Amino acid sequence: MKLTLKIWRQKNAADQGGFVTYVADHVSKDMSFLEMLDVLNDQLTEKGEDPVHFDHDCREGICGMCSLYINGKPHGPQQTTTCQLHMRSFSDGETITIEPWRAKAFPVVKDLVVNRSAFDRIIQAGGYVSVNTGGVPDANEIPISKTVADLAMDAAQCIGCGACVAACKNASAMLFTSAKVSQLALLPQGQVERKTRAEKMVAQMDAEGFGACTNTGACEAECPKGISITNIARMNREYFSAVVSSDNM
Amino acid sequence: MILDSKIPAGPLAEKWTKHKFSSKLVNPANKRKYDVIVVGTGLAGASAAASLAELGYNVKAFCFQDSPRRAHSIAAQGGINAAKNYQNDGDSIYRLFYDTIKGGDYRAREGNVYRLAEVSVKIIDQCVAQGVPFAREYGGLLANRSFGGAQVSRTFYARGQTGQQLLLGAYSALSRQVANGKVKLFPRTEMMDVVVIDGQAKGIVTRNLITGAIETHAAHAVLLCTGGYGNVFFLSTNAMGSNVTAAWRAHKRGAFFANPCFTQIHPTCIPVSGDHQSKLTLMSESLRNDGRVWVPATTEIAEKLRKGQIKANDIKEEDRDYFLERKYPSFGNLVPRDVASRNAKYVCDEGRGVNETGEAVFLDFRDAIKRDTRKIIEQKYGNLFDMYKQITGEDPYEMPMMIYPAVHYTMGGLWVDYNLMTTVPGLYALGEANFSEHGANRLGASALMQGLADGYFVIPYTVGDYLAQLAPTKVDENHPEFARAKEEVKQGIERLLKINGNKPVDYFHKRLGKIMWDKCGMARTEAGLKEAKADIQALKKEFWSNVKVLGTNEELNQTLEKANRVADFLELGELMVDDALNRNESCGGHFREEYQTPDGEALRDDENFAYVAAWKYLGEGKEEELVKEELVFENVKLTQRSYK
Repeated sequence: MKLTLKIWRQKNAADQGGFVTYVADHVSKDMSFLEMLDVLNDQLTEKGEDPVHFDHDCREGICGMCSLYINGKPHGPQQTTTCQLHMRSFSDGETITIEPWRAKAFPVVKDLVVNRSAFDRIIQAGGYVSVNTGGVPDANEIPISKTVADLAMDAAQCIGCGACVAACKNASAMLFTSAKVSQLALLPQGQVERKTRAEKMVAQMDAEGFGACTNTGACEAECPKGISITNIARMNREYFSAVVSSDNM
Repeated sequence: MILDSKIPAGPLAEKWTKHKFSSKLVNPANKRKYDVIVVGTGLAGASAAASLAELGYNVKAFCFQDSPRRAHSIAAQGGINAAKNYQNDGDSIYRLFYDTIKGGDYRAREGNVYRLAEVSVKIIDQCVAQGVPFAREYGGLLANRSFGGAQVSRTFYARGQTGQQLLLGAYSALSRQVANGKVKLFPRTEMMDVVVIDGQAKGIVTRNLITGAIETHAAHAVLLCTGGYGNVFFLSTNAMGSNVTAAWRAHKRGAFFANPCFTQIHPTCIPVSGDHQSKLTLMSESLRNDGRVWVPATTEIAEKLRKGQIKANDIKEEDRDYFLERKYPSFGNLVPRDVASRNAKYVCDEGRGVNETGEAVFLDFRDAIKRDTRKIIEQKYGNLFDMYKQITGEDPYEMPMMIYPAVHYTMGGLWVDYNLMTTVPGLYALGEANFSEHGANRLGASALMQGLADGYFVIPYTVGDYLAQLAPTKVDENHPEFARAKEEVKQGIERLLKINGNKPVDYFHKRLGKIMWDKCGMARTEAGLKEAKADIQALKKEFWSNVKVLGTNEELNQTLEKANRVADFLELGELMVDDALNRNESCGGHFREEYQTPDGEALRDDENFAYVAAWKYLGEGKEEELVKEELVFENVKLTQRSYK
């Protein structure tokens, strides 16, 4: 296949950036999207041009490091991560537009690389159970119904890639934050800190400059792990019940 | 020089308890006066950083990814072993210990492995308390499965994403300590060197991957939790960024490197599709519980298949060779990883491979679907089947999967004693970065166990014992050794940037990978290894004269990052070959064709090779010195592994 690539190039955070057009020849349908970019980068390097920088690591759809806004969709046309997207999803002669995640809270570092450390800070605000190593009860001490454990696992599958933010017209981080709030609110281990957790994580999310949720559902539609927006509803419930009976007096 | 493993004396089951008691303690009020550096934030690194911070030490945690949550532990699928015996099926600490020693083909230390089995039970408790959503039964208790040919069900799991859930648990504990101010996090920061002062590790040199700033960090102890070196093969199931740089630079500063040739080849990966291939994807081992492995019985049929003249489903039952079931009737498709991998290679070498490249075998679910219905198979493996279809474009419900072995894990690593300390005092290695518990072959679901055992339950005791012997005064970052190490790192980077050759970094990495895979991979020979050594030396020379690294140090420069890592892989590759040449026996993942039983199984030589081969770096371009640590077996009788 022969493809035209319109790629966002930006030297660094201060640079204004813009699109540059490249032609990718001899693209095989068995290549992954990132392998297609690898080949382009080797060609650019041989010509003495700076290769296109993009984030990626595990290339098996679980680390959440890859991003890319492809033809107007986070992670491209399939509901997978970019690293799992293969060129057979495109056709010969097509033009593909590749951009970084666009969100105020995810500033561009270089080319297609953005800074997502805001997500780390949301977790640091309360996305944990405060137990130290050792001194915990036996793992089977507290039975947990399979239904609840499965629901918690559904929420826990979030890979923190940020596609939800990129998909949202408000750049809201509600799906990401609610997935962690839900996981821990569902499990007995998370009960003690349930209220403060919801309050603190929501406060941090706002402080990072993510937008509000207007229930368009774009996040769920684009999430490569199928995290459900029912988590957002659950977080809203958690948050409201927390603020009316706050432990943070 | 004699390597002292510091295994405590006394009965096996009492060693760890005694050792903990005899370890020195740091006064609680003094803990805040000690600084500890943790490099890497996977299972071992995140759990160690969190646990040490909880105790009160000041921790600095480094990772090259944009967040600690990305570390490659996250990709582990199958599960984590623990000797809980919740299933009442005869498991015990001793049985997990025994299975691990035997599975490792008797090339691991009894004392270390027993401790691992002993603390395994606490790991599950810890993870559940953190909110890790393990799979459960309808009664609400934890579910287990049998994994990787184990005869008991001792594997805990969270769907096919156990590594992810355990890592996110450790990451949450780490995040809590970041919030508490006890851990300072340095993402997108790569370790470039260890600073050794008067023979003791006192800090590290790092490169900020965004700005290129070369910085130094001082501490009383340095923990390397930097994973394995499987990417020396270029193609592996490791993440693209996984590298040996931290471990290798520590090696050059005096830490011995042990058993580098012990690499694990995982039998069930998606085969290579072309030259563009950047990594290989693992399909969980659990698939072998229901899938049947086969190739055509003759090369003629295989030939037709490769040319696309016939399809897998056209091949009649009598023309199929279920080679694992045929050769190993009692274990069948569930033989350990090394045996399954080697046999796949044999049938492909005979010309019976099934895809275009001739390097693939079938993993067929036809009979399982017939027996259990498609719905059941979907419930068990749905996500794996989807992933397979996504990558290959073929539907495994209709056509058999194609699989081939790929490099997955490295048992070798930095030599450590019972305290996880390397040969450089104050420098520790945890998780896959060390060599210790898996011998010559790792059992399925044991990597997660070891990473967390080291981080949560071993290092908090052993590092305390070391720190208690140091004065609680700040390490002086103005010591000239810091400046010297920093300068050397800068020079190394300048050297790479100045070459300005013609070939991209991957060109060299791919060639190195091919040499390693062909000659130091699943089967090795003396002649092949000697060729490999010469090939690597020539390649190394070419790399340093013809690699093209564009850009500058003072920016995000992914080519420079890669070049740094490949430079170290080139040196490591040669040591792996030396180690494989030295080990004139076959054991676990190391198979020397000269040493096999008449029916083609690995032939160990316990008389001459029941030792850990630890290598000492002697300087640029010099052959490394082999130092042996004899393995002593007081509890287990060495037998030939047999899965017939």
